[in-house]
Amino acid sequence: MEKEPDVGWGCSKANTAIIHPGHEEEPDVHPLRARLCKEGNTLWRQWARELDIPVKWPGELMVFFDGEEKTAKKYIKLAKLNKIPGVRVVYRDELLQMDSSIGPSALGAIYAPTAGMISPFEAVIAVVENAVDNGVRLLTEANVREVKVVDKRVRGVETTRGFIEADIIINAAGLYSDKVSRMAGVNSGFTVRPRRGEYFLFDENVKVKPKKILHTTPTPITKGVYAITTVHGNLMIGPTAEDLPIDAKDESSTSEKGLEYLWKESEKLLKELPPRTKVIRTFAGLRPEPPEGHWRIEAHDDPWGFVNAAGIRSPGFASAPAIAYYVLNLIKDKYSVNLAKKKRWNPYRSDIVRVKGRPLQEVDELIRKNPEYGEIVCCCKTVSKAEVVKAIERMKKIGVKTVTIDGIKFRTRAGLGMCQGSFCRWRVALLISQYVGVSLHEVVVKNDTYGIGEVKVLLNQ
Amino acid sequence: MLELNYDGIVIGAGPAGIAAAIRAKELGLKVVLIENRDLLGGIPLQCVHPGFGLHYFREDLTGTEFIYRLFDKMDKVGVEYLLKSHVHSIEFIAHNEKIVNVITPKGVLSLKAKTLIYTAGARERHMFEINIAGDRPAGIYTAGEAQILMDMYGIIPGKEIVIVGSGDIGLIMARRFALEGAKVKAVIELMYYPGGLIRNVVQCLQDYNIPLYLSHAVTRVVGKKRVEKVVVAKVDEKLRPIKETEFEIPCDTVVLAAGLIPNLDMLEKIGLLADPYTRGPIVNEFLETNIPGVFVAGNALVINDLVDYVVEQGELAAEGARYFLENDGIPTMDWKPVVKGRNIRFVVPHYVSGRRDVTFYARVQYPEKNVIVTIPEVGWRMKMFNVRPAEMVRVKLSKRLLDGASSAEKISIEVAPSE
Repeated sequence: MEKEPDVGWGCSKANTAIIHPGHEEEPDVHPLRARLCKEGNTLWRQWARELDIPVKWPGELMVFFDGEEKTAKKYIKLAKLNKIPGVRVVYRDELLQMDSSIGPSALGAIYAPTAGMISPFEAVIAVVENAVDNGVRLLTEANVREVKVVDKRVRGVETTRGFIEADIIINAAGLYSDKVSRMAGVNSGFTVRPRRGEYFLFDENVKVKPKKILHTTPTPITKGVYAITTVHGNLMIGPTAEDLPIDAKDESSTSEKGLEYLWKESEKLLKELPPRTKVIRTFAGLRPEPPEGHWRIEAHDDPWGFVNAAGIRSPGFASAPAIAYYVLNLIKDKYSVNLAKKKRWNPYRSDIVRVKGRPLQEVDELIRKNPEYGEIVCCCKTVSKAEVVKAIERMKKIGVKTVTIDGIKFRTRAGLGMCQGSFCRWRVALLISQYVGVSLHEVVVKNDTYGIGEVKVLLNQ
Repeated sequence: MLELNYDGIVIGAGPAGIAAAIRAKELGLKVVLIENRDLLGGIPLQCVHPGFGLHYFREDLTGTEFIYRLFDKMDKVGVEYLLKSHVHSIEFIAHNEKIVNVITPKGVLSLKAKTLIYTAGARERHMFEINIAGDRPAGIYTAGEAQILMDMYGIIPGKEIVIVGSGDIGLIMARRFALEGAKVKAVIELMYYPGGLIRNVVQCLQDYNIPLYLSHAVTRVVGKKRVEKVVVAKVDEKLRPIKETEFEIPCDTVVLAAGLIPNLDMLEKIGLLADPYTRGPIVNEFLETNIPGVFVAGNALVINDLVDYVVEQGELAAEGARYFLENDGIPTMDWKPVVKGRNIRFVVPHYVSGRRDVTFYARVQYPEKNVIVTIPEVGWRMKMFNVRPAEMVRVKLSKRLLDGASSAEKISIEVAPSE
């Protein structure tokens, strides 16, 4: 169950989208993070293939500048301890050939070839579509009000969509996992603090396109800034790292200060930055930061049946598939549940067939089968009507109650381009209106309506 | 994939494209007009306010009326057009051969032509381009989007509005919201002068008691679910917000009318060169770009104040295309660069031959009173009480006048204080 109208709108939506190799985790301090990150990195390769998720594996370069080499080399030691393959130091001459977008003052880098990049929101959508296909029921707009415990056993959850009975509850509520944990009466001192990260996203059409995942070396003051070319071909720079008060769990605003900091840091990291006019979006995401950075993954006795996968901070996305298996084993062992593989388990899911990036001959064939592929709704990202209609169908199929413009954006990329939707948002809204059967002004964007009523509504009041 | 041959392909069926297609057809060219939407007309379709056609039709029309007049003309000459047709890519094969790949509901078309007339208009600047930080909730619209919603689809975005930018679009939308009973809290303008025509400042703001904040910027949007307020600050002479002057305006809707940018992406991919001041292409007096046989008109060329100019440019581009076809390319000439003098921000076209009539479209850098606009090489002068960046200076020079400057190396335009 998910409190938002769609899946993946929390921490999963706005992050750096890296599948980390696992050489940044200290195994003696965070053994679980170190282990599951490495496993997750391997599992995502399989999942991305089976679930048709946009992903690439360029490897990453932790670039060091004057005075940073010693700090950077610490990660080679960690790589050895965590058995991460291929991590090594590269010096300037090799480095600048590996990625010519790096700034000339770089002295070298720690190269980790197993690092990858994913489309995080599409990954969540893909996993959920596959889960539903295998029998999972999704409840959106279901905000948990209460975890019901009777005789030290969980019985279900009271939500904004009614009471849902359950004998095992897994808390994967991200930023709100402390709240849900408290509802079940466990870890009463456990808190999740939002850590804000701001980002710049540039248009596809810029010259600066790092080949590798680039980032600065973490220092005691800064956490390291990334410069990457996303799986969709956009230059992205970020994040900042700013700890917010515990209750600021929806404070995902950007700030002049944060964005200026990013700009300065990336001027050092990159040889040149595109002009500011090529920025198509600035945004911020919140990472859930548990005390001392420790993940809380536990199957509890009291109440029996309550499982925490809480406070999953970085490298949470990279580790997610491994966390899932870990939780599964906890349930199996702790509660003696006999888990058997489904007979008709389908490991595959395919993505919406898209016009963009396809040879024109193939596009022509697509249109012969379905003329709606020949109607382009979003010009920046070449998204057709057929793709929007299919996204609506897929949202309905997984059980999304409210089809939102953002849901369409994350599934089709309509509105993610240079004009940021000023040409296509109303066209997408018209299609939702038509295919879902709601008035245009009632179509939902984010968590509110696109309009307040018919044009004369204020005069008629 | 179907392949077809044309003399000219016009991309974008707004007023510039329609005018170009009509003129090209009148001149005997085999031409096709390509439009992405399911209807012709472009932006004027959503403009229910008057102020269109005073020069071209010598009548005050609404945008919709204006564009229907052009449709009538189009029907008379019989222009071939394609709707729901998206230009996927343009290939430059040779100076007299281009391929336009078009995605349509009937399949992918590969259209070959000797000339292209590119009239794809402009796009609106969004909040991320104008350094607005803060939240990204529902309730933020570009002015064009709000206009489409209200005047083509009959819905209203919100009831307490702040408008960012005092260009004509911002001013007109301020009035539009006020007329429908919304409370327009403020129009915020970065510069120390309004961005739109004076008649619009009077008719759209003053007549409705809408406050205009000059030298101010919206620095943040605040709101979780929907916009709750904007943070506004005064700006210094370098246009940087002054922190101490910040104040808040509660509102549920932010309408961005912060300027237009010529939509040239498709041409930049085949090497188009742009003027950093217009952000449109560098062109000669036929509106031909640095890519031989590619002509640009309308807001893709330069952001115009008046649709009349847009139509004029469309027609000129068509005449240029014909000239190109007759000569297998624009003939070699001694082009004179057009040079910007005092208080000129930009001028289009960038090169003139001096061998035919030419119309210059220029904007000044800053407002000035009692000036003389001059083109010294031809001895042309025009006294003006007022020049303002919002109002294009349009100068038509005859061939006869230009003949007098045949030995000049350049043609310059400047604004001089009147003595």
